Amino acid sequence: MSAPSADGPIPAGAPAPEFTLLREDGTEFTRADLEGNTTVLVFYPFAFSPVCTDQIGLYEEVLGDYLPKRGATMYGVSCDARWSQTAFREKLGVSIPQLSDFEPKGAACRAFGVYHPGGFPQRALVIVGPDAVVAWSYQAPSPADLPGANLIFDGLDAVAAGSAKA
Amino acid sequence: MTAGPGAGLSDLSSAPLPGLLEQDHVRGPDGAPLVIVYADFECPYCAAAEVKLKGAQLRIAFRHFPVRSSHPRAWPAACAAEAAALQGGFWEMHDLLFADQGRLEDPHLWARARTLGLDLERFDADRRSPAVMARVRGDFESGVRGGVVTTPTLVANGALRTGEVDVHSLEEFGARGG
Repeated sequence: MSAPSADGPIPAGAPAPEFTLLREDGTEFTRADLEGNTTVLVFYPFAFSPVCTDQIGLYEEVLGDYLPKRGATMYGVSCDARWSQTAFREKLGVSIPQLSDFEPKGAACRAFGVYHPGGFPQRALVIVGPDAVVAWSYQAPSPADLPGANLIFDGLDAVAAGSAKA
Repeated sequence: MTAGPGAGLSDLSSAPLPGLLEQDHVRGPDGAPLVIVYADFECPYCAAAEVKLKGAQLRIAFRHFPVRSSHPRAWPAACAAEAAALQGGFWEMHDLLFADQGRLEDPHLWARARTLGLDLERFDADRRSPAVMARVRGDFESGVRGGVVTTPTLVANGALRTGEVDVHSLEEFGARGG
């Protein structure tokens, strides 16, 4: 298994690492849950920070109408406690399910190569194919930069191109 | 009924922001630098930007970028502006919407249509029509594909600008021809 780079997100072609995140209901979400689906993981620094708010709201706008056409499921991932994530999601009025990397803090983010030295996830997007192999990844130049929703669709195009070749 | 995207969705992968389109709503002095604005009628930052832009020596093209989770009335307001446009009143409705963002429910939209002397029955049918929704959705999609992530986003000579609007810099930028 390719080791995630210390200075960037896990690259395309690397198998997804073993990890454990908590869903909002407290159940575990692990590598096994990636199998059989195209999964878009949206790593964001903090619940309730203004930039995350814009980003998740925009993704929600494309999620319901555009993303299912591409057969993909999206999750938000942060190091916030799951209760905070639910409160954040409900405040925004969005449906994107949240995954918590709270304890041990940042372990999954580290495994995906997106842990910021400041103690929070980088603003990064990772798309994992149904084979649990990373198909595409992107990290914003800084946590203040919002990755456009177009990038998710570029990533999904790359996934589709990859499976067409396979 | 909730206004929003339905059938006929386009792809949202990256594509350059379109330059000025025939369908764009444009106002401002002939020959002034062109700024394309992606905005949302329920967004307070957009309203603040519009105040600055209105008095500027700029030609403004308006495109819709409604985001429902932040602004539940953004879509209906955008559709109201397009319905007004079909009766020649886009900018008048645009100004009335931004002037009072606390009142964007249906009766408030009807009141604005009456103020502008629009045919109310036609206005109400148009704002719920697939054609009007497709028009709003088209703007949103072009913005997403071009990397717009927040409102207001201003486009001057192909460059995206967010944050506080600096009219002087936009006028200077245009005057230099980019």
